[in-house]
Amino acid sequence: MPHLTLIQAVNDALHLAMKHDDRVVVLGEDVGENGGVFRATEGLHDTFGEDRVVDTPLAEGAILGAAIGMAAYGIRPIPEIQFTGFMPMVFDHMVSHASRLRWRTRGRFTCPLVLRAPYGSGIHAPEHHSESHEAYYMHTPGLKVVVPSNPYDAKGLLISAIKDPNPVLFFEPKRIYRAIRQEVPEEIYEIPLGKAAVVNEGTDVTVITFGSMTHMAKEAITRASEQGISAELIDLRTVWPLDIDTISTSVAKTGRCVIVQEAPRAASFSSEILTLIHEKVFDSLQAPVERVAGFDTPMPYYRMENYYLPNANRILAGINNVLNF
Amino acid sequence: MATKSKANKPVTVKDVFKNKFTPYTLLNPDGTLNGPAPDLSPEQLQAMHRVMVEARVFDERAVNLQRQGRLGTFAPLSGQEAAQVGSAFALRKTDWLFPSYREHAACALHGQPWLDILKYWGGNEDGSRVPDDVNIFPVAIPIATQIIHAVGAAWAAKIQGKDDATLVFFGDGGTSEGDFHEGLNFAGVFKTATVFLCQNNFYAISLPRESQTSSESIAQKAISYGIEGIQVDGNDVLAMYQMTKEAFDRGRAGEGPTLIEAQTYRYGPHTTADDPTRYRDSAEVDQWKERDPIERLKNYMISQSIWDDGKEEALWEDVRAQMAKVVEDYEALPERPVEEIFKYTFEEMPWHLEEQLAELKDFIAEYGNPNEGHH
Ligand SMILES: Cc1ncc(C[n+]2csc(CCOP(=O)(O)OP(=O)(O)O)c2C)c(N)n1
Repeated sequence: MPHLTLIQAVNDALHLAMKHDDRVVVLGEDVGENGGVFRATEGLHDTFGEDRVVDTPLAEGAILGAAIGMAAYGIRPIPEIQFTGFMPMVFDHMVSHASRLRWRTRGRFTCPLVLRAPYGSGIHAPEHHSESHEAYYMHTPGLKVVVPSNPYDAKGLLISAIKDPNPVLFFEPKRIYRAIRQEVPEEIYEIPLGKAAVVNEGTDVTVITFGSMTHMAKEAITRASEQGISAELIDLRTVWPLDIDTISTSVAKTGRCVIVQEAPRAASFSSEILTLIHEKVFDSLQAPVERVAGFDTPMPYYRMENYYLPNANRILAGINNVLNF
Repeated sequence: MATKSKANKPVTVKDVFKNKFTPYTLLNPDGTLNGPAPDLSPEQLQAMHRVMVEARVFDERAVNLQRQGRLGTFAPLSGQEAAQVGSAFALRKTDWLFPSYREHAACALHGQPWLDILKYWGGNEDGSRVPDDVNIFPVAIPIATQIIHAVGAAWAAKIQGKDDATLVFFGDGGTSEGDFHEGLNFAGVFKTATVFLCQNNFYAISLPRESQTSSESIAQKAISYGIEGIQVDGNDVLAMYQMTKEAFDRGRAGEGPTLIEAQTYRYGPHTTADDPTRYRDSAEVDQWKERDPIERLKNYMISQSIWDDGKEEALWEDVRAQMAKVVEDYEALPERPVEEIFKYTFEEMPWHLEEQLAELKDFIAEYGNPNEGHH
């Protein structure tokens, strides 16, 4: 089995999806001959030609707007937005149309598209290249939000997202695009959307996260285990609509929970998880839930981003807080 | 009632738009003039030349710093000096400049210290804080967004009865964003004193200009918005100055905005994260280097007997020392306190940010500085 990085797994999934379904079209800025600024679309242009791998003019609103029309007509568009920092240009079409075309037309028109965008910090680029925007889209009814944390999942989740009949936002953790290699099967396979992964089983505390923070959390729970703490780690994989059963079962078992995310904490992913835990398993809680998150400021420029981002120390402190309550 | 023309044919765009735009040039590549010289003193010409050389040397230093891991991703400008310096030279001190992210030369000329520009690319927010008497908006990373801000500022000047103008930079790629079209339209309607300066360097990262728009030129897009448009040789600093100056004069006189398409070229990658060999030939780069903007002005000044090879050499040496000092000062900057992350989010710090700042400080006290590998 080939050992692939996350970006190679994304590339592999795109190749296979295009090969197996000739309705699939990739479009975006620099995705053609250049292969995308991170090379996610490398080789697609040569293999599938410029009608199916399209370099668009520089206009994100038009990229998504056109993809909506394409999707309704019967194509399976996979628009790439170069960085989540430019998602605000897409917001109107995403929120006003992609999310609710099915609802508005009583199912007559649908919008099966997968918008891919690298998210998160860690590459020393200027402002607007480090954002984690999942909350805006969780808040918008009708959208699925998927975030892989490793190469194997990236391929399987992307294949599922492309087959999904709903609009899906597929946010890729760019700081670990090339950080890890993993065995990835050559053939096409699916990881169902809406199913979390229990990365590590434990009994004392549940740590819930997704994407690149899964690796920070792994480091933290390894250190916790050296202190004799048994932590369960859940990688949500699909951020919305999420796997409530896995969360509820785990928190009911451990009675304690830490939620980890890169984004600012106000009205965020963690706000929603925390609320759901209260609604579903309040009786089992033995301590208030802890949030380890970015701060409610703009993401600082790269020199200070390590202060801003959750790290293993902060996650471990969160674990200790809920255990020592 | 409309009178019938002989052959009843609809008037099409082709009928209306018969002539092509061609780039206006004053200064030939060999330094000879094509038309009347702009009203610029020898000192002013030398000042233009100096900033262009500063920008070229700054670029070299910044790219090297990035390669050595001492600077973040950087957008080099080499090749585009004349488009920036010629146009920004027409600004008055009270006029406002709206850069995108590659306008280091224009910004330096309008009063931003080189050290601040380096700070910005070094991931230091202080680099976005211009001195109090300098009217330069911060780097706009989201393409074309700054265009509308520049219209708003010029409009505000007009509302207040002032004749300040605004100069906004963007690339050929930027003309595809809605903000470009909305900005030009607003400016046309409200007759703002805005100069829209498109540096057409023929690529938006990898996408060539022909694939960006089916228009034959960028300049012609002005027609749709009822504003003035012109194409200029962007490697000709004199033409750039003259055309921008005239555009400002019109704007200040209430005659509305101008779109300038400056045709130029970036010698280097889009940013240090880009590999231009994937999408363009080195022969093309070499061709453009023959029309180098700095050489051109130098040749002109020599032909006017206000410059010579000795002065040129001394200038480069002086600028190299100047930039060495800038780099030295940059590297000597102390690490900034973490308050900097929280300050300025609001004018006053709300309770939740107070709490989060205290939390962060506690963490640093307990676990050390995450920038020093304690994580
Ligand atoms: C809204 C937005 N989309 C995408 C990007 C990523 N990006 C940065 S520069 C660039 C190309 C810009 O080309 P052009 O406007 O021609 O300017 P140039 O860089 O050539 O000066 C792209 C796509 C961005 N910064 N902002």
